[in-house]
Amino acid sequence: MLSRRMGTVVGLILALALGVAACGGDDDSASSGGGGGGGEKAQGANVAFLPKAINNPYFDVAAKGGEAAANQLGGEFKQVGPSEASAPAQVPFINTLTQQRVDAIAVSANDPNALVPALDRASKSGVKIVTYDSDVAPEARTVFVNQADSEQIGRIEVQILGEQIDKKGEIAILSAASTATNQNAWIKFMKDELGKPEYKDMKLVKVAYGNDDDQKSFQETLGLLQAYPNLKGIISPTTVGIAAAARALDSEGMSGKVKLTGLGTPNQMRKFVKNGTVEEFALWDPEKLGYLAYYAAAAVANDQISGKPGESFDAGKLGKKTVEEDGVVVLGPPTRFNKDNIDDFNF
Amino acid sequence: MKLRWSVLLQWEALLVALLVATFVIGSSVAEAFLTGENLSLASADLMEKAIMALGLTLVILAGEIDLSVASVLGLSSAIVGATVDAGVPLSLAIGIALLAGALAGLFNGLLVAKLGLPSLVVTLGTLALYRGLAFVVLGDRAVSEFPQGFTDFGFNNVPGTLIPWPAILFAILALATFLVLHRSWIGREVYAIGNNEEAARFSGIDVDRVKVGLFVASGTLAAVAGVVFTARFASARPDNGLGFELDVISAVLLGGVSIFGGRGTLVGVVLALFLIGALRNVLALEDVAAEKQSIAIGTLLIVSVIATNALRGVQERAARRRSAPSPADQPT
Repeated sequence: MLSRRMGTVVGLILALALGVAACGGDDDSASSGGGGGGGEKAQGANVAFLPKAINNPYFDVAAKGGEAAANQLGGEFKQVGPSEASAPAQVPFINTLTQQRVDAIAVSANDPNALVPALDRASKSGVKIVTYDSDVAPEARTVFVNQADSEQIGRIEVQILGEQIDKKGEIAILSAASTATNQNAWIKFMKDELGKPEYKDMKLVKVAYGNDDDQKSFQETLGLLQAYPNLKGIISPTTVGIAAAARALDSEGMSGKVKLTGLGTPNQMRKFVKNGTVEEFALWDPEKLGYLAYYAAAAVANDQISGKPGESFDAGKLGKKTVEEDGVVVLGPPTRFNKDNIDDFNF
Repeated sequence: MKLRWSVLLQWEALLVALLVATFVIGSSVAEAFLTGENLSLASADLMEKAIMALGLTLVILAGEIDLSVASVLGLSSAIVGATVDAGVPLSLAIGIALLAGALAGLFNGLLVAKLGLPSLVVTLGTLALYRGLAFVVLGDRAVSEFPQGFTDFGFNNVPGTLIPWPAILFAILALATFLVLHRSWIGREVYAIGNNEEAARFSGIDVDRVKVGLFVASGTLAAVAGVVFTARFASARPDNGLGFELDVISAVLLGGVSIFGGRGTLVGVVLALFLIGALRNVLALEDVAAEKQSIAIGTLLIVSVIATNALRGVQERAARRRSAPSPADQPT
């Protein structure tokens, strides 16, 4: 007798624990996005962002942009994701979102291939897929919202440095690994930009490789300063490199004598911008990336675009955006950060 | 004996009740929960942990523990990735991975049984060691290109049904484990060792050999889980399955297996696995982050330990009463 009663008590306690846990979730099943309107006008949708990992400042800022877009369109937004950046960790989220029948998933892929089967299954269930920041194999998504058009990134860095040194003197590049796909694509366009007549007095003397390693990048910067005493400027198209180079210039007392620009994050570079080591650098704005990703996902979900080159859609404050080759939508020119605006950004 | 069975049956009945409760609550809060497709996906998500739990159940029933199972999963995945990437045929790659899992288990078993070291310490060490080896094998990279048939196995259902292929594999392995544990002399020896190792030794059981065998089984099954994981996610990474050991141990204990060995059944463990899976699935569908889901799982585990202790107390009191002269008070 006693044991049965005990069992009942235990059962009740457990059921209670379960009930509490089950009720703990956010209950936001109400309201549906979109409806009405038509034509080219942007409409809301139920869009979920699945970044490489959550609690990453970069993706948190992007999510802010996505949420702002959702509010403008009257659609729904949520961000879910794993705590560690790996493809296997992303797959269960794709499955869950598929079962929840969201209208579209915007995903930043940890692996171009491993997510494909799960994304295919989502598509078959009617969930639209777009990628942002990091693409998957093109056949598994409708559009890819690309933050970085290689040409724009490469050219703007030469332009920024040119403004700072009056387009005169010796310059060097401090890159990541010699095999890095992104950096090599950008350097190609830097060289192309330097080939223009207006840059005839700017001479690229060396491309050094810091391997995206802080120490190595620091050493390579010191090496450049020694080998080229007339060096006027350094471009470092990698967030690791530019921070290490700034530290090297700062510690060698070369701040301002050798100009430095490249790609960096505001939080990393704030100190060096404020102390004058770096005047201006560039990077895309992740908030705009998230904003555009939401508009693109909503446009796909509402069947306004299907990923064919030449299609265009309304992207709110970013204006009209056009789908390019391979279903790529480019965010636009990178944002320039300097002492006037750097405090507006936190990532 | 009769009394112990009735108590165990009660525990399993309780798990069934909890499972039903989860289904009822789950389907009312999350409309997507009670659909064939969702249940199919959710059970596929359980399979690696379920396969690992089979081996771990044997080890824990014998009064030992194997904390290294998730690291063996990672090692197995890394081996499959590295070998396939190097052009080794898939079947051979899987064979090498399973062999590595068996050797990893053998190493654990020899240290525990032959050197008499505590399994908690040994497998805590090999948890780190095998994970490290996985990084040595594959480096800090991921392999995501595998033969189509392999990823189809991981990803597809049995044609015409909603049963994922890995679930078929699990069913076969679970049946085999069940037969060994509950229908063979090996199972009786495992329980005997878990209940009283010294007594088992004196009654002529080769305790060391049984223990080594159990660790080898646990390692091999963890390697099988690694192959399934790799197929299911088309992704071989050295950090695959990081932290899974805690979920697996939780499931085994929630299933009513005593951490001190000798008590518990495979049926309870399988029920607990599905309970945890269903609970996590409902919470995920309600957008509760995985980290917060752990609160529910952890609570469940603690309550289950309290409950098993309470049940044991009841059992002992009843046994005492039964041995007393009055025959009136039979346990129900």
